[in-house]
Amino acid sequence: MIAMLLTTLGLAMREIRRHLMRSFLTVLGIIIGVGSVVTMVTLGNGTTAAVQQQISSLGANILQIRPGQGFGRGGGGTQPQPFEADDVAAIRQQVAGVVRVAPQVQSSGLAVRNAANWSTSIYGTTNEYVKAQSWSIDQGRIFTPQEEQAGKTVCLVGATVLRNLFRAESPIGQRIRIRDLSCEVVGTLKSRGSSFGPGDQDDVVIMPVKAVQRRIIGNQKVNMILVSVDPAYNSDAVQTSIKSLLRERRGLGPNKADDFNIFDTRQISETLQSTTQALTALLGAVAAVSLLVGGIGIMNIMLVSVTERTREIGIRLAIGALGREVLLQFLVEAVVLASLGGIIGLAIALAASVLLSPMLQVPFLFDPTINAVAFLFSAAIGVLFGYFPARRAARLNPIDALRHE
Amino acid sequence: MMAPLIALRGITKTFGAGPAAFQALRGINLEIQPGDFMAVMGPSGSGKSTMMNILGCLDVPTSGTYLFKGHHVEQLTRDERALLRRRYFGFVFQGYNLLARTSALENVELPLLYRGEAKKVRQEAALAALRRVGLEDWARHTPAELSGGQQQRVAIARAIVTEPEVLLADEPTGNLDTERSREIMQLLERFNRDAGITVLMVTHEADMAAFARTTIKFRDGLVESIENHKQPVDA
Repeated sequence: MIAMLLTTLGLAMREIRRHLMRSFLTVLGIIIGVGSVVTMVTLGNGTTAAVQQQISSLGANILQIRPGQGFGRGGGGTQPQPFEADDVAAIRQQVAGVVRVAPQVQSSGLAVRNAANWSTSIYGTTNEYVKAQSWSIDQGRIFTPQEEQAGKTVCLVGATVLRNLFRAESPIGQRIRIRDLSCEVVGTLKSRGSSFGPGDQDDVVIMPVKAVQRRIIGNQKVNMILVSVDPAYNSDAVQTSIKSLLRERRGLGPNKADDFNIFDTRQISETLQSTTQALTALLGAVAAVSLLVGGIGIMNIMLVSVTERTREIGIRLAIGALGREVLLQFLVEAVVLASLGGIIGLAIALAASVLLSPMLQVPFLFDPTINAVAFLFSAAIGVLFGYFPARRAARLNPIDALRHE
Repeated sequence: MMAPLIALRGITKTFGAGPAAFQALRGINLEIQPGDFMAVMGPSGSGKSTMMNILGCLDVPTSGTYLFKGHHVEQLTRDERALLRRRYFGFVFQGYNLLARTSALENVELPLLYRGEAKKVRQEAALAALRRVGLEDWARHTPAELSGGQQQRVAIARAIVTEPEVLLADEPTGNLDTERSREIMQLLERFNRDAGITVLMVTHEADMAAFARTTIKFRDGLVESIENHKQPVDA
């Protein structure tokens, strides 16, 4: 039995080599099917993961309050009025259910240390912000109350900035220059992990809000207020109270629309999640089509060669092969070709995903399920259409198989 | 008289069904002795090829009795018939029926492969068979590189490599010129005479039938005459 299997395997391999074109086309169909579906789904998964990571780095259950009417910002009108420090204090004191409230002013500029320099984002804010965004301190400390109060030029640096300005030495107590400002590094932020490209969360320098307002921007305005909501409270209710408080403080009459907007990161994350899910589904559908096309390619090649193969089956039967011996040979052929195509397809998909992931700035995530599903599907088509026409032929009388036109 | 190697009793074969049915054989009775060399002749559609296919277990009769060495062949299963072909029969076809893109040697080896012979045994036997048909030097060539006569000789080598008891040849010279045909006939005659292989051969040509010791004439699905040649043509 084993000898027969080995013989059959030898026969099958010989037939594959003898019909290189046919074998190649069959394998190609499977390669395309497996390769495209696995690549697309792998990249889709990477995109989903990247988006989810960005979402989680926004912080859970945080409200971002900005001047202006939000994304739509239609119809000109006056420039939206920024917030002030008092607005922050008022929210903290008068709205129930807020845990942390932090102002944020944002700028950007070149950070320089000795010969090294790095262009980065500069956030002026408070310790509250650091806590609300759940940053952890790697070395050093957060700001002291005195530093915040006085707006001293001290800073916390993100991992990307740290890496680019400092080598092995400890940055704590060192001074870096930001724009025209000399600034002492008091702490470093623990890396948020593999963030990608423009969304790099670690590419940041955080300074006390007053320092940035006075020394860099030159006014007392606040671009954004960050509020973290007590999970025990209803986020919508908290938003409503903030809204009415700010309307009152900004002197908006009952007929006037809000000139500020509140983003709930939870809503954003829900929106983004459903978007990426839709995208993944779309990619999956496209991939399924290519799998199908690959399958039809395999089918065609197999069916086209049936005439030739039927005669071959007739010859083998006539010289004394048993039907099941011939079938076993065809089955082995189909399995070998399908596996070969499947393995090459998986290898190509792996290479393509590894290569394309950094270009698309998404992480590479290996998904065993889709690999297995794509492989098995293509292999099943290859085996099905290699095997069943052969089975029909092997059931003919040898003389009918020989005469097949 | 020896027991017949093959005995056919009332063999019929009908193709198709209903009004379109065609009765190719209408009750054949025939006995073939071991070592016979028979030519089967008759017009197209007279049933001679059909009978050959039934004799070679490539096809089954609609009714009647087929005894091979006293055993009822018509009751055998597909696999048993395949094993019978493997053990006792060699085939030569008009269209050669060699595997394409496959060397002469591998084509000749094929029947031995299904007998489960080891590679070394197969190769030696296949080379010996090719030597017997004079194609030893062509062992590595594929059918596309061989002439028609050479291809038919490879087919004959494939048929005799298993040392069968019966060689069935269905118009083996049908595609060949007279010179090549004579070579093929001389080969068949030699295997019949030297190896004692029983040979049955369908042919249209009286010249070729003259190589046989007996000629059976078919007409309309029945045996018309059986005629023993007094003097076989000398190779």
